[in-house]
Amino acid sequence: MHIQKIQKEIVDEFAMFEDWMQRYEYMIDLGKSLPLIDAEYKTDDNIIKGCQSKVWVHAELKENKLVFTADSDAIITKGIIAILIRAFSNQSPADIIEANTDFIDEIGLKEHLSLTRANGLVSMIKQLKLYAVGYQTQLN
Amino acid sequence: MFDVNKIRKDFPILNREVNGKPLVYLDNAATSQTPQQVIDVIVSYYQNNNANIHRGVHTLSQEATDMYEQARVKIQKHFNAAQAHEIILTSGTTHSINIVANGFSALIKKGDEILVSAMEHHSNIVPWQMLCERTGGVLKVIPMNQEGELLMEVYDELLCEKTKLVFCNHISNALGTINPIEEIIEKAHSVGAAVLIDGAQAAPHVIADMQKLDVDFYTVSAHKICGPTGVGMLYGKEAWLHKLPPYQGGGEMIAEVTFEKTTYAGLPHKFEAGTPNICGGIAFGAALDYMNAIGFDDIAAYEHELLAYATEKLLEIDGLKIYGTAKNKTSVISFNMEGIHPYDIGSILDKLGVAVRTGHHCAQPIMDFYKIPGTVRASFCFYNTKDEVNALVDAVRRATKMLS
Repeated sequence: MHIQKIQKEIVDEFAMFEDWMQRYEYMIDLGKSLPLIDAEYKTDDNIIKGCQSKVWVHAELKENKLVFTADSDAIITKGIIAILIRAFSNQSPADIIEANTDFIDEIGLKEHLSLTRANGLVSMIKQLKLYAVGYQTQLN
Repeated sequence: MFDVNKIRKDFPILNREVNGKPLVYLDNAATSQTPQQVIDVIVSYYQNNNANIHRGVHTLSQEATDMYEQARVKIQKHFNAAQAHEIILTSGTTHSINIVANGFSALIKKGDEILVSAMEHHSNIVPWQMLCERTGGVLKVIPMNQEGELLMEVYDELLCEKTKLVFCNHISNALGTINPIEEIIEKAHSVGAAVLIDGAQAAPHVIADMQKLDVDFYTVSAHKICGPTGVGMLYGKEAWLHKLPPYQGGGEMIAEVTFEKTTYAGLPHKFEAGTPNICGGIAFGAALDYMNAIGFDDIAAYEHELLAYATEKLLEIDGLKIYGTAKNKTSVISFNMEGIHPYDIGSILDKLGVAVRTGHHCAQPIMDFYKIPGTVRASFCFYNTKDEVNALVDAVRRATKMLS
């Protein structure tokens, strides 16, 4: 499925909730289903800087598509990264580089986009895109 | 008579809502809120007196200069410094510390030792590391125990004739510990070392007496004591301020400039290059007036009561652990819930209108000491209430339920 379509799907899912509590509870559930990073990749090199909680992300190229796995020591952060991975995993590096991330705002997670150093959503998106840029160079 | 409900009316921001809930502001150790009395001074300055100071001969400039210098005298009197020119107005504690660290670059030699406490804020660690890199000085750490109290017997062992400087916060921002600075200062002086005390967290709770403490340098940020951000003080003993070279070059800090040589202005202007935060300095004075009108004894007594109540109520929650349990501490509670990341708790608390700090509080060495990623920190001010403590406790319970 195309990234934009998946994002639309996520936005629609979140629109069903009436208040922030339900949204957060859903996000916490999503965090539990996050495709977990292999222990061997859970190294300091794979930690995303700029998050108050620890976030590890690994990317692998499978049949010209990028597959992400990740983990975090905070549940809400795991939920956020699960949403990002759902949108970006199994996509071509070129599509990932092109994709916009407006849907984060639309699902009511805008507070996680602020530039405070407490949260690292911006850093996470940047890291996923950096992986895509890296693998895109390989493909070329 | 201390009346918290009357005091709360002075703070317009306390009426606002966050995420549809009444704001419960418990991040006072990061910055305090500003009372209307101080806001009025800021507005009035820009409406009536705004001008550049110290050089203009026109009326506005003279008025602004007088107001700024009167604020300096107010600050001097509050901290009982011997002379007004020992009060350097800076952009805040970090700036103040950097003035001293930079100045000591010229005085520290290879092998000289600098002692720093284990519970410092990054702003009181990094400048000294930079100083040691420049000079070949050696940074040594005064360790602490599990309660978050400095090990004074180790301090005694570390002190020697090589010790040139000792740096310690008066009160720890992450743990609330009140450090025995009288003893620290006296012992440092006995080996001829100078002492800088970071008073950023202490100024909202106690009045530090510069002459009685006999401290060499003391730093304060106005925004922690109901004043505006971007202004603070460096107190330095006159003799030390003469010894240190200026930090920044520019206007205001010079006596005479030719292309061959510049002679520096006297104190305090030597350390106040450029146009200062004039309005901020004046508002700093107004903030001290405001707090003194309430009275620091009453403030301390009330905050102590809040701390005791909050500690008791929080400890009733299963799985909650408090970090920093020194016998002598201020109204700061750093805690974690077993098995839950502080960032998760903080995010949910925000949704419930409760503002706390989460993370390492710019004191990573303390978090490493306890082997934790960070804490949730609730810090109370004299305008907080027991109802707000209850709101915090309820919010923590609710967050824990959601996150478990």
